Amino acid sequence: MSDYLIFFTTILAAGVASGTPVLYATIGEVFSERAGVLNLGVEGMMLMGAVTAFRVSHVTGNPWLGLAMGILVGGLFSLLHALVSITLRGDQVVSGLALTFVGFGMSSVIGWPLIDVRDAPRLPAFDIPLLADIPVLGKIFFQHSVVVYIGFLLVPLAWFIINRTRPGLHMRAVGEYPAAADALGIHVDRLRYLYVLVGGLLAGMAGASLTLAITPLWIEGVTAGQGWIAVGLVIFAGWDPFRAAFGSYLFGAIRRLPLDLQGAPVLPWNLHLILRDPLLNYFTNMLPYLFTIAVLVIGSREAMRKKLGAPAALGTPYIRGERGV
Amino acid sequence: MSTGTEGLVSGNPGPRSWRVKIERRLEQPRWLMWISPIILILAALAVGAVLLSIVGVDPRLAYSRIFSAAFGTPAGWLRGEIYPLSDTTVKATPLILTGVGVALAFRMRMWNIGAEGQLFIGAWATTGVALHLLSPETSPWIMIPAMMLAGFLGGALYGAIPGVLKAWLNVNEIITTLMLNYVAIFFNNYFIYGPWALRGFGLSPRFPRNAWLPRLMDLSDRFPIFRGLTAHLGILFGVAAVVVVWYILKYTKWGYEIRVIGDNPEAARYAGMNLKRNIVLVMMVSGGLAGLAGMSELSGVVHLLQERFSPGYGFTAIIIAWLAKLNPWGVILVSYLFGGLLVGGDQIQPFGIVQMLNGIILFVVIGGELLLQYRVRILRPERIVERAAEASGS
Repeated sequence: MSDYLIFFTTILAAGVASGTPVLYATIGEVFSERAGVLNLGVEGMMLMGAVTAFRVSHVTGNPWLGLAMGILVGGLFSLLHALVSITLRGDQVVSGLALTFVGFGMSSVIGWPLIDVRDAPRLPAFDIPLLADIPVLGKIFFQHSVVVYIGFLLVPLAWFIINRTRPGLHMRAVGEYPAAADALGIHVDRLRYLYVLVGGLLAGMAGASLTLAITPLWIEGVTAGQGWIAVGLVIFAGWDPFRAAFGSYLFGAIRRLPLDLQGAPVLPWNLHLILRDPLLNYFTNMLPYLFTIAVLVIGSREAMRKKLGAPAALGTPYIRGERGV
Repeated sequence: MSTGTEGLVSGNPGPRSWRVKIERRLEQPRWLMWISPIILILAALAVGAVLLSIVGVDPRLAYSRIFSAAFGTPAGWLRGEIYPLSDTTVKATPLILTGVGVALAFRMRMWNIGAEGQLFIGAWATTGVALHLLSPETSPWIMIPAMMLAGFLGGALYGAIPGVLKAWLNVNEIITTLMLNYVAIFFNNYFIYGPWALRGFGLSPRFPRNAWLPRLMDLSDRFPIFRGLTAHLGILFGVAAVVVVWYILKYTKWGYEIRVIGDNPEAARYAGMNLKRNIVLVMMVSGGLAGLAGMSELSGVVHLLQERFSPGYGFTAIIIAWLAKLNPWGVILVSYLFGGLLVGGDQIQPFGIVQMLNGIILFVVIGGELLLQYRVRILRPERIVERAAEASGS
């Protein structure tokens, strides 16, 4: 029995760790979309954050400096999208895609010398005193890298900012009804820039946490679509940080499944042998992506039923004096 | 439509300040439409050069290598070397097919980002037909059309999945098509490392000769100038697809519906157009063309199924469709440009340079739409006062 318990605890603990980068990216995208800007460039910003953090950490030996630079570069990158989609009023979908292309290409050029690096310094991991000793829960939540704990703090903080503060209210106003916000003297474009930047900083953080803690190495396209999954999780989460956290950790557990199944405990009818079959990996590797589609279906149905939905002005540039929301 | 005056009323310019005003043009001047693509591409190359030197690559070297590999050198032209053009045609072929498919979907504002996955599933279906369904002795007159059909159907059915999800459950097609790209690649890998593997190397066995598309070099007995040229029949599939899609969009009722739905889905609904059916159909044709690109690439170039036979054709197709302004004929032109970039990219390391340039070109082009749709005016203080007086007087 305890074999199974250990197995499930391991899966969930690994899920919390490997879901953390997606969590940052998802919350970042929640901010950007709540302000009315769809940024499909999350994957590109994550990659830029990931490669910058890894390279700086490798060169200077200081992972904290790597983290800071990764966050910063993610933010700078997002400003490209802000410039094109807010100031120049280009198409947000295409601009976000372009950002992903540039991020993918540029990160692979920057990361070229890093492919065989295995010894870049990582961010520290430590147990939280007392809490780590709780049976089962301690192992799942409180024996992790520091980035995981920062993630725990970010979720309620983001919720509080969005729902309980004046800047959060302004942000939502800009995303729902920019013309009204404008009439009240809120600077629509300025706030949109700000929250696209917040999204970029968090996407940079997502990438940095990946290469400095969760999977500490660099390969081309190391994020493997996690930026896109974040965009999907935002819809599942209904633009809410707590649901985003739930989705991210669940995603993390599923993403780790191919690895964890190799250590599956003995099951009746030799089922464990099937689970440990390497060819099954090709299908378990599909699961995170299928999971994202499933989660989107659930999110879209719920949105249709409750008439809850995306911020009303999501994806549309605001031009003062022109008709529209 | 903003005319510029109410901005002065609601804004607060202050009596003595200079103001920069961005306003929408009422009509686009003709000279700008012709000259803007050139300006935009030059601007993209300039931005690319800056970014390349930031990351430590000499832009002049990179550009000259890319250009000479893609389009040849003046000395080569004098010697009558046409192989760079043939190489570029080889790369342009899958780009045209995927690009025109993506353009069709985009025309209806269906964001099909899944051409890469649809291409892989098309290639998978093609391989199934060529290696397992038909015997190697099958006449090419049966083999090739069967493979084309399999490729198209594979891509079409795979494209139908996000179409159905969008039409009936209102699931965002951007994410689903993107996720299905990854699923398709794992699906493919299962076959080339599992049941179809040739000694576990991630390759399927080679296709029989009858399953190869004819290449220019096959004619070199009669035309010695074609010796060594690898351009294959697939380019004609591409041109045919362009003609068909152009005809559909321009002259058929279905094409009219696609355009109306793309411009205004609500109006289309009121007019009684069947949105659900159109979404699924467009995704199927779009996916089918990507699947056909997979078929043409396997049957014309690689002759077997492997993990990395596509350097992201399906993703580049998105850039191509947008740059071509969703015009099928434009897709051919832009595909040759990006095909050239791909051929040149084989000459430089790392390959990411090409992807970076692709992204920058797209960025500059969408940002550059400002040039076409808006104009920037600098208003001097006197003029503001003058115009404000005018406005209040009238």
